[in-house]
Amino acid sequence: MKIVVLLKMVPDVVEELELGPDGRSLDLELLRLIINERDEHALEQALLLKERHGGTVTVVALDAPEIDDVLFTALARGVDRVVKIEGAPETLTTHGAASLLAGGLPDIPDLLPADLLLTGCQAMDDLDAQTGPFLAQRLGLPYVGVISGVEVDLEAQRAFVSKEYPGGMHGDFEVTLPALLGIQAAATAPRYVPVAKVRAAMQSGEVEAISPSAQPEPPLVEVLKMMKLEAAGHAEMLEGSVEEVAGRVAELLGERGLL
Amino acid sequence: MPDPTTVSYFGLPGYVFLWLIAIVSFFFFVRRIARLIRALNRARPEMRWDRMPRRIRTFVTNVFVQPRIFNERTFGAAHFFIFWAFVFYASSFFWNLIRGLFPVVPLPYADDVPFVAFMMEILTVIGLAGLVVMAVRRYILTPEGLERTFDASLVLVLIAALFVSFLGMEGAKGLTGEHASAWTPAGNLLGRGLAVSGVDPESAQPIFSAMWWLHMATVLFFLAYLPYSKHGHLIFSPFAVFFASLRPGSMPPPSEGAARLEDFTWRQVFSGLACAECGRCDRSCPAYNSGFPLSPKDLIHEMKHAFLASLPAESEARASSDEGSRGGNGKRFVGDVIAADAIWACTSCLACMDRCPVFNEHVPILTEMRRHLVTEGELDERVQEVLMNMTRYGNSFGKSPRARARWAKGLDFKIKDARKEPVEYLWYVGDYASFDPRMTEITRTTAEIFHQAGLDFGILHEGEQNTGNDIRRVGEEGLFDLLREKNRGVLEKASFRRIVTTDPHTYHALKHEYGSGLAGENGMEVLHYTELLDELLHEGRLQIRNPLEGRLTYHDPCYLGRYNGVYKQPRRVLESLGRKVVEMPRNRSNAYCCGAGGGRIWMEDVAGVTERPAESRVREAAGLDGVSTLVVSCPKDLVMFQDALKTTGLDDKLVIKDVMELVAEAVRPIEEE
Amino acid sequence: MAGNIWVMAEQWNGGISEVTYELLALGRELADGLGVSLEVVLLGHEAEELAAGLGEADVVLYGDDPALQEPTAEAYSRVLTAVIRERGPHGILIPVTNVTWDLLGLLPAELGAPLLNFCKDVGVADGRLEARCLLYGGKMEANVAATGTPAILGVMAGARAADGPAAGEAPPIERFPVSLPEAPRTELQRYVEAEAGDVDLTQQEVLVAVGRGIGFQDNVELAEELAEELGGAVCGSRPVIDQGWLSLSRQIGKSGVIVKPRLYVAAGISGAPEHVEGMKDSEMIIAINTDPEAPIFSVAHYGIVEDANDVMEALTEAIQEAKG
Repeated sequence: MKIVVLLKMVPDVVEELELGPDGRSLDLELLRLIINERDEHALEQALLLKERHGGTVTVVALDAPEIDDVLFTALARGVDRVVKIEGAPETLTTHGAASLLAGGLPDIPDLLPADLLLTGCQAMDDLDAQTGPFLAQRLGLPYVGVISGVEVDLEAQRAFVSKEYPGGMHGDFEVTLPALLGIQAAATAPRYVPVAKVRAAMQSGEVEAISPSAQPEPPLVEVLKMMKLEAAGHAEMLEGSVEEVAGRVAELLGERGLL
Repeated sequence: MPDPTTVSYFGLPGYVFLWLIAIVSFFFFVRRIARLIRALNRARPEMRWDRMPRRIRTFVTNVFVQPRIFNERTFGAAHFFIFWAFVFYASSFFWNLIRGLFPVVPLPYADDVPFVAFMMEILTVIGLAGLVVMAVRRYILTPEGLERTFDASLVLVLIAALFVSFLGMEGAKGLTGEHASAWTPAGNLLGRGLAVSGVDPESAQPIFSAMWWLHMATVLFFLAYLPYSKHGHLIFSPFAVFFASLRPGSMPPPSEGAARLEDFTWRQVFSGLACAECGRCDRSCPAYNSGFPLSPKDLIHEMKHAFLASLPAESEARASSDEGSRGGNGKRFVGDVIAADAIWACTSCLACMDRCPVFNEHVPILTEMRRHLVTEGELDERVQEVLMNMTRYGNSFGKSPRARARWAKGLDFKIKDARKEPVEYLWYVGDYASFDPRMTEITRTTAEIFHQAGLDFGILHEGEQNTGNDIRRVGEEGLFDLLREKNRGVLEKASFRRIVTTDPHTYHALKHEYGSGLAGENGMEVLHYTELLDELLHEGRLQIRNPLEGRLTYHDPCYLGRYNGVYKQPRRVLESLGRKVVEMPRNRSNAYCCGAGGGRIWMEDVAGVTERPAESRVREAAGLDGVSTLVVSCPKDLVMFQDALKTTGLDDKLVIKDVMELVAEAVRPIEEE
Repeated sequence: MAGNIWVMAEQWNGGISEVTYELLALGRELADGLGVSLEVVLLGHEAEELAAGLGEADVVLYGDDPALQEPTAEAYSRVLTAVIRERGPHGILIPVTNVTWDLLGLLPAELGAPLLNFCKDVGVADGRLEARCLLYGGKMEANVAATGTPAILGVMAGARAADGPAAGEAPPIERFPVSLPEAPRTELQRYVEAEAGDVDLTQQEVLVAVGRGIGFQDNVELAEELAEELGGAVCGSRPVIDQGWLSLSRQIGKSGVIVKPRLYVAAGISGAPEHVEGMKDSEMIIAINTDPEAPIFSVAHYGIVEDANDVMEALTEAIQEAKG
């Protein structure tokens, strides 16, 4: 089975996010990128499928700071091939990035058609597009997202996936292959790969670089202003020792008849 | 008394028979030893011939004086006498053997030399007494961890036979009057006893011969049997001591971990042969005593089983070494024979290794196994998360590196940035002191006291990352390397004279595992803050303004105490504040681990855990008369013990204080109203 | 002449989801601001009677087909694309939930139309729609405008208050033709109900929710003790459920249960939008987190920057004391 996983880098919110000078975007100087958490799950799900059905896993990502580390880590985790698409401007929106990816994928030799394309069902910068559905539409593939379970019947060219609905409910879908799936969670948590293996992959592995023939599509939305969410703006912050605070809360609950 | 080797039996002189049994005995002995050495050669090599003077000193102390056995007194004494009786016996036996094999040698038998006979008699009697103590201990007052095996019983019987046959010989000589001098009191006494009980002096000679042959045969049988039995430790343990690690807290050489027997170093494998199964490791192990599925003794025992199973079998088909590593029945050594939960249970506190009379290396063995599990990705999910956090953010909390110095907000002075300006003291703050909300107040206090003492100090801000001590003990050697590389890069650029840290884990890593070439030619001097406080108080740079009163007790952190031998300074600091330090029963090198080390602080407890190590420790402290303060000098201890106070409900009896908090109380200027 | 404002009704599980009414309230404001009508799109099969409660809208556009019985993104996207192209609305409000999430990705791609996702609020400025959108896990907000029409707006629950189905007369229904000639490539086979939980979280007056910030599974006990003292139940955020510290039935949020208790204690929960969606309407929210910047404090009524375990424990004691 041939699987393609699309990875994307997003701002790391563990780091404090700062506004850039234009007041409409993040300060790129201070920004650290991290692989989108759901994409990690997509990669893990791909590796689990490879373990079960054999085949190859190729990871494709747009060029970004630290992307080589991410791709070498993917190789160390068991991916067969990693490709980065170069030439992406730093300030691409999700829509722009998805369009560049859609344009670049067909340029990668021996990549398409693949049986299955996986990516995270959501990223924290999905402001003006979602990568998965956008690619599915451009590549003419069926799409189902928010998936937390994938099984494949290669002979029948079918995937059986479990989609999450509200209230803990799931929907079982049958999808014709080739297809693009938006992963919410892999069957098991993404595996840790020891640093020594990553270093070995850096020694022996190769990151293919592709310059796409297509340009990213222009944005359809305009960010007028960006601001930090004033976290404490809403809540009344209770201060003092733990005991004092607890006493105050007990009072509040008493006043509201919650005791 | 006629020489039994020259007396003729069945028409042949006695020495022919002696040659026969000696050859058989030596054949089995040598064949076995050769096999064992060949098999050990298959294990990973490790240099253990270095620093000979030091090795010889260790050997002399621990083989001849045996302080580690004496730490359990009664049995220590018994073992000591048996040991020396054995040495003396062995020497005189070989003397006798040579004399017996070569009757032409113009040499008396050892026991014909009055002094030797005297010594042997004395040792025999004391040895027998010791044997009785040992038998009582094994069969009546059996302590936990001591087993009643056939092997153990056989050896007890053999030793008894040895002693009794010797006394029989002496008695026979006594009966004939040959041994009537003061040099042979036992022979004399026994001879008289025999005479009184009506034994015919005529039968003295057959009794002597029988006893002589019994003695020789027993010893030669013992010799051949020893390397097959668990009492191989008689032969192997001196070698184990000689080839001991001279830096017991150090990590095994880099590897991808050990899954099969050949992946361990030869000395690690040899642990199995050297082990006498005394159980000191189990009795000192915090994981074992808390009900975790780890028994350091079983670990070594299984190592031995796997090793023996890997030997070319004596009769049947050769067992492949792979089968050996699988315990002979398709089980993997790491994972099945030794369960992953057992491997993860170790806190790396070093108590087992510190007690082991034969210097076995439990912690490195477990580390090798952890390395293997890490390579295979068989990890506790939380540990996995910590490793990912550490790789990305350089701390276990998964916090932004830029938030590392956030605790310093609100201080009324500025702490120097040691990356930008030279400082005398580089303060390596460590993860817990930097990020744990329960610690940051103490970290601020530390800064204030350093400031008050007029210390020229600075911190590395986000340039500091976790030193990797616990990461290394978790078995992620590659990540430790990476962290060390990054931290060394920052340290190399900084200008400082000494490093100080409040965290013993950081202290140990910086002091022993970060290599040389930092902080100038003389290398960097690493201080634990208790060492620095001791200096500052001694030099008067910190003055006691408000002497404290009352009794307290102090917990030795593993990585400060057992790993680095720092016991005096923290106690001196506490005494100088005016408080009386009362020792817990388990103190200094016997201190009981809090349960956090070796990455345990990041792991979930497993089912079956009864009393956590930290709970046992706070109970121990709370049990001291008039003590209401347990003082710690490690951020992890503080966190662990505070939790344990809650779970044991001792929070109204005991408070946990950091040394620094008490120092601050005592040296802070009295605020004017 | 500007196009109308549309709201897509979320038809799922045999009814119209609550959030639809919130969007209608918001849509009404926008339509009035633009001086256009408010139309609601309802897709389904033999589901016309569901239109009865959608009276807030001026008209219900109803599309019927067996393939639309369940809200699958592929079919919905095809049908909506056609009808949007034909009628040219100014903007279409779609709720952000697990039911509609895929559609929010497919529809703008299909139409080549702008998407404004995670809208907390939408307004009209200079004749065009402007939204305030959540970004980066709730750490940032952005004011965003669509540069073209039709604008697809993914609106988060809670943008407006809603009183449920309109009581008045059913609005006029306008059926539009549906054509789905191609065989579906994604087919819903069946729903799998959540494992029945031991408690119905939606019926609890008090919930103590735990997140990864409590550190270890053992500490769930502290939450249980507190919940017991308060006469409530324990629930959790996704990471805690994924770790297996609590059963799936105790999950609050987008993929879990949506609750509105009288008291919600969020212990060690950072407040990702997926979680907030499930609890933000609680009457009183007390959040405890060591990170003063945690987004949970932006929905909480009271915030405490401390170790969640310490506070839970102290609070249990304080309540015992208060009760006497």
